Amino acid sequence: MTKENNWVELCQLSEIPERGCRVVVTDEIKIAIFRTHTDDVYAIEDKCPHLGGALSEGIVHGAQVTCPLHNLVINLVNGEALGPEPMCVKSFDVKKEDGKVYLDLVPVKKEAA
Amino acid sequence: MKKKLVVIGNGMAAGHMLEELFDRGNTDYDVTIFGKEPRVNYNRMMLSPVLSGEKKYEEIIIHDEEWYKTNNVDLRTGVNISKIDRENKKVIDDDGNETSYDKLLIATGSYPFIIPVVGHKLKGVVSFRDLDDVDLMQEAANRGGKAIVIGGGLLGLEAAAGLQMQGMDVTVLHLMPTLMERQLDSAAAYLLEKEIEQRGIKVITRANTEKIIGDEHVEAIRLDDGRELEADLVVMAVGIRPEVKLAAEAGLMVNRGILASDHLQTSDPDILTVGECVEHGSECYGLVAPLYEMAKVIAANLDGDMSAKYTGSVTSTKLKVTGIDLFSIGDFAEDEGREGIILRDAAGGIYKRLILEDNKLVGAVLYGETGDSTWFTQLLREGTDISEMRETVIFGQNFQGGPPLDPMAAVAALPDEAEICGCNGVCKGKIVSAIKEKGLSSVDDVRVHTKASASCGTCTNLVEQLLSLSLGDSFNPNAPKPMCPCTPLEHGDVRRLIVAKELKSIPAVMQELEWETSCGCAKCRPALNYYLLSTWPGEYVDDNQSRFVNERLHANIQKDGTYSVVPRMWGGITSPEELRAIADVADKYKIPTVKVTGGQRIDLLGVKKEDLTDVWADLNNAGMISGHAYAKGLRTVKTCVGKDWCRFGTQDSTGLGIKLERTLWGSWTPAKVKLAVSGCPRNCSEATCKDVGVICVDSGYELHFGGAAGLDIKGTEILCNVTTEDEVMEYTTALIQLYREEGYYLERIYKWAKRVGFDRVREVIVDDEEQRKTLSKRFYHAQQFLQIDPWKEFVDGKDAHEFAPIKPIPLEAAQ
Ligand SMILES: Cc1cc2nc3c(=O)[nH]c(=O)nc-3n(C[C@H](O)[C@H](O)[C@H](O)COP(=O)(O)OP(=O)(O)OC[C@H]3O[C@@H](n4cnc5c(N)ncnc54)[C@H](O)[C@@H]3O)c2cc1C
Ligand code: SF4
Ligand code: SF4
Ligand code: FES
Repeated sequence: MTKENNWVELCQLSEIPERGCRVVVTDEIKIAIFRTHTDDVYAIEDKCPHLGGALSEGIVHGAQVTCPLHNLVINLVNGEALGPEPMCVKSFDVKKEDGKVYLDLVPVKKEAA
Repeated sequence: MKKKLVVIGNGMAAGHMLEELFDRGNTDYDVTIFGKEPRVNYNRMMLSPVLSGEKKYEEIIIHDEEWYKTNNVDLRTGVNISKIDRENKKVIDDDGNETSYDKLLIATGSYPFIIPVVGHKLKGVVSFRDLDDVDLMQEAANRGGKAIVIGGGLLGLEAAAGLQMQGMDVTVLHLMPTLMERQLDSAAAYLLEKEIEQRGIKVITRANTEKIIGDEHVEAIRLDDGRELEADLVVMAVGIRPEVKLAAEAGLMVNRGILASDHLQTSDPDILTVGECVEHGSECYGLVAPLYEMAKVIAANLDGDMSAKYTGSVTSTKLKVTGIDLFSIGDFAEDEGREGIILRDAAGGIYKRLILEDNKLVGAVLYGETGDSTWFTQLLREGTDISEMRETVIFGQNFQGGPPLDPMAAVAALPDEAEICGCNGVCKGKIVSAIKEKGLSSVDDVRVHTKASASCGTCTNLVEQLLSLSLGDSFNPNAPKPMCPCTPLEHGDVRRLIVAKELKSIPAVMQELEWETSCGCAKCRPALNYYLLSTWPGEYVDDNQSRFVNERLHANIQKDGTYSVVPRMWGGITSPEELRAIADVADKYKIPTVKVTGGQRIDLLGVKKEDLTDVWADLNNAGMISGHAYAKGLRTVKTCVGKDWCRFGTQDSTGLGIKLERTLWGSWTPAKVKLAVSGCPRNCSEATCKDVGVICVDSGYELHFGGAAGLDIKGTEILCNVTTEDEVMEYTTALIQLYREEGYYLERIYKWAKRVGFDRVREVIVDDEEQRKTLSKRFYHAQQFLQIDPWKEFVDGKDAHEFAPIKPIPLEAAQ
């Protein structure tokens, strides 16, 4: 992580179901906080790049989630969709510390390829 | 400012032109397209499988409404253009509305020719050109009876085969001595006639229709030799004529078709034309391949690339009647200086004839085996000198340069330029590179990415072969299909191993069966969860995180992220109290849509996720529970009012339906299960298209299974007759238990029964009393763990986190 992080405390890790998700709502955006089977946490915008499906409701497998509306698979690590078309959602920095989860509300900037 | 492009006719040619134009990234034009038909652009060629019932209209749509929106095309369906005003550059529709253009494209196609014999306007005389014609034919077929098809060409034969498959008694009348005389020589035509007659379709050649007889509706046909044939439906398929009326009236140069240059310009340079209405180089075409070539040229020209020109096409023909292989290309008339090479295997029903001129192939007719059609097309188009291989050329490409190789070799040996999909002009090289570069692995993928096999579908086999060539062993369309990319095992293997190795959790399955991912995927996890749940009732703990959101939340997610809620309504019976409670809930939570479903209950649509538990609590309080409207499990038992009210009712169909629903609710199954009970064979509750159906008769109950009315439509098959309600319960629960234990995830009853055999299902359930009784017992055993209202569990506080976001973020932190 290259930028200075501005962490906001969210909740206990245990409050997010394993292979599941909880949502953080701000005035501008819904952010889905995922917890994988290995207890890693990831945060991406809760809006599928296809037709806006709620990614938070998808099935979580490994570090990926499958959109409930039309089965697009999104990589939780960087928000990129797997598939023929390049598509992407915003991703956010999260961290775990002492069993708590923290989020940085400024989206990660994607470096220009 | 953008130029205005107006298109008259929304058919296959026009659609393809726009697609080519947008594929080039062109946005120079404001496009308006007028179509006389009240619908979007669909694949006209596929009307034949729609007629026969092998496909549905929805499956043959080429451009849905979304497509027009995305591409900013102003689509006017159901509008007929009646005049072109060239002076003021306007088109005028039937209602007098005017639309001006900078460039106009005429794509009016053809109209079917109707022989003007006496009686051609009677009801029941139809042509075969658009979806309305197909609807008319299907209506007639539903009434049964006799159909006469006039015309034994491509269209006529496809119509005849379709009507026959729809259950009509069909006769084809053909004026010429042999069928499809323009595409087939007499030997091939003879084989074709024999095959068609074997299917139970009568063929009368040299039949000249003198008169169609009837008062209002057609009753019979009289031939000029005096013969009279009864008819309830007459299909005229005697040919098409280019639709040139508009162009002619506007003073454009018109012959048989609208005359067009190599740039597809008419005699007015601002008016272009494409499709069957075009005459180019004295030819009018009636097949899509040349029209698509024209479309490509126009798109390039409109995009500023004037180097693209249309120089005419050599067309080939295939008949789209399932089970008949026939191919023809080029010219096969006997002429001086021409020689024929013939291969005949009467027993095998194979006939091949090649016509050579100056050592070059000029025509080919293949019947019974058409595998080499691509290669012959290539030889013909490229004018290859075949003197070296003239002894063996007829045996096909495999044979050249050695003993016959495996069937794949023919496709492997094709050069990259060889055309695989004639309709869309897609060559082998393009398909192979798309497979490699984009990692395609199925025919559908190839369709999406290259359009190959997306039109008439006859090249699907070749595409499959290219896939297996490119992907090697990993592609085999008939091979057992792995459950998902996480494992090479197929569903059946996994089911067996779960039992054999006594695997009782998802991680155990993945560990023991060597899953290639650590956590599965969205395909295998729900399947494994179901297999474990159905194999170890009472023992296995359902894994909610492996369920699709609808089953996890017990409500259906809608496209805007809200949910729909459907309470159970036992057997479709409700009460004022229940209705009042539903109305109150709708008011209280401002639920925007309240809809009656096809399964006889009420759907509340647009419920916000945060309101779900409150809505359920209110419904629970009024005595209602989840209708499992989202479940791969029992959905509804539809009933008619039966003998309580109906004068035809033979048994208490409503009561029996309620009893079935009370017994079966809560059960998880491989895919959804819908039932219906009808009080008599009039079948008002449509029991014969359900997974399980009961028809009450005087003597008891007729049990049905394996119907469907969704993506596929299928009538049920009869399981057996029983005499008491108790037997109905025993047989039904046993049947569902068997399905539960054997079905693959997402496989409906009709698919499962087809896979294992309908007869085998009858053997187990009907003939083997002991098995039936133990299956039924296992069903009831499992039910005791499953009949728990999931709504109530949530109302009581289970998984509360599901319904609430993490605490709201204060604004200052968000800054
Ligand atoms: C049953 C059937 C099976 C076929 N099978 C094959 C096959 O296997 N292989 C093959 O290559 N070809 C096949 N064809 C032929 C193929 O479908 C046609 O060649 C192709 O559809 C012609 O395209 P088009 O755009 O020129 O005309 P169309 O697709 O007919 O489109 C013209 C459209 O213009 C509309 N129109 C006409 N006049 C006006 C007006 N004044 N105002 C507004 N709208 C107007 C018409 O309503 C029509 O919708 C088949 C055809 C049929 C009917
Ligand atoms: S199926 Fe028979 S009994 Fe039931 S409503 Fe219809 S006619 Fe009456
Ligand atoms: S409700 Fe069913 S038929 Fe209607 S659009 Fe949705 S999936 Fe299609
Ligand atoms: S909205 Fe996510 S896949 Fe369509």
